[in-house]
Amino acid sequence: MAKRGDVVIDIEKCKGCEVCITACPNNVLALAPEVNNKGYHYAVKVNSDCIGCANCAVVCPDAVITVYREK
Amino acid sequence: MSENLIKPENLVYKKTDVLTDRIMHYCPGCGHGTAHRMLAEVIDELGIQNETIGVAPVGCSVLAYYYFNVDMQEAAHGRAPAVATGIKRVFPEKYVFTYQGDGDLAAIGTAETIHACNRGENILIVFVNNGIYGMTGGQMAPTTLEGMKSSTSPFGRDVKTMGAPLKITELIAQLPGTYFVTRQAVHKPANVRKAKRALKKAMEYQKLNKGTCFVEIVSNCPSNWKMTPAQSNKWMEENMFPYYPLGDIKVPEEK
Repeated sequence: MAKRGDVVIDIEKCKGCEVCITACPNNVLALAPEVNNKGYHYAVKVNSDCIGCANCAVVCPDAVITVYREK
Repeated sequence: MSENLIKPENLVYKKTDVLTDRIMHYCPGCGHGTAHRMLAEVIDELGIQNETIGVAPVGCSVLAYYYFNVDMQEAAHGRAPAVATGIKRVFPEKYVFTYQGDGDLAAIGTAETIHACNRGENILIVFVNNGIYGMTGGQMAPTTLEGMKSSTSPFGRDVKTMGAPLKITELIAQLPGTYFVTRQAVHKPANVRKAKRALKKAMEYQKLNKGTCFVEIVSNCPSNWKMTPAQSNKWMEENMFPYYPLGDIKVPEEK
């Protein structure tokens, strides 16, 4: 079984570009219906299928994603 | 999820400290942010934050000095390679890079780019090519594709009157002064990782004093191409990559 992972998203820096959503192999991310202080819908985790591959963080233009994976 | 994975020992990826915490002014989905981060990560991994001096251009990335946590110098429009030449000659032991867009490097700064590369200055030139003038409102750039609409070519670029898109990377690869010339992209995880490896190599080559290293990053411009970031990345794959193929153009002979 793949190792489990988790992501932390700095929602105030997120601009809702959705590049992370297309990069995620497990469809873990989606845009929140709410907006942040800048008025952008921000990325949120919508399920627990994260494997900590860091693809989302690697493509994020604004470096808002921190990734964790179990050892 | 039963146990909490968010612990320092489980950390696999976080923003490098070579990037400042300032929110970037780039539009959502712009490749500039990713290109900045890759370069910053390379500087971080090589441990050369204190020995690196960057030169910022004019264009969208004019504020690059706010985002890189290294010594930075702003240059007049297109003159970054000339400014970097001066800095490198005064501080030959420092790592010097320029970060320029296509309007800066391939239009107003063509002379500086070509002559710096021809002299073989030991600098790294990072060239972000999105085929348009982003900051000023999407005007046609030398790199705008044939038939591509921009605010100053509303019927598409006509090669007869406006010339063909300028492949400046292939052009400078012909010069004996360049040591390593490559073209990369930062729209997908695999491309980002490849681009980072290329930037790392280019930075390391600077120690050898063998000549100019030139890394082009083909990027998107969702705002001025008038697309969503996802659409613009797809459009870039379908239209930009056939004309600007990714890959190494000039590689040093490895011993």
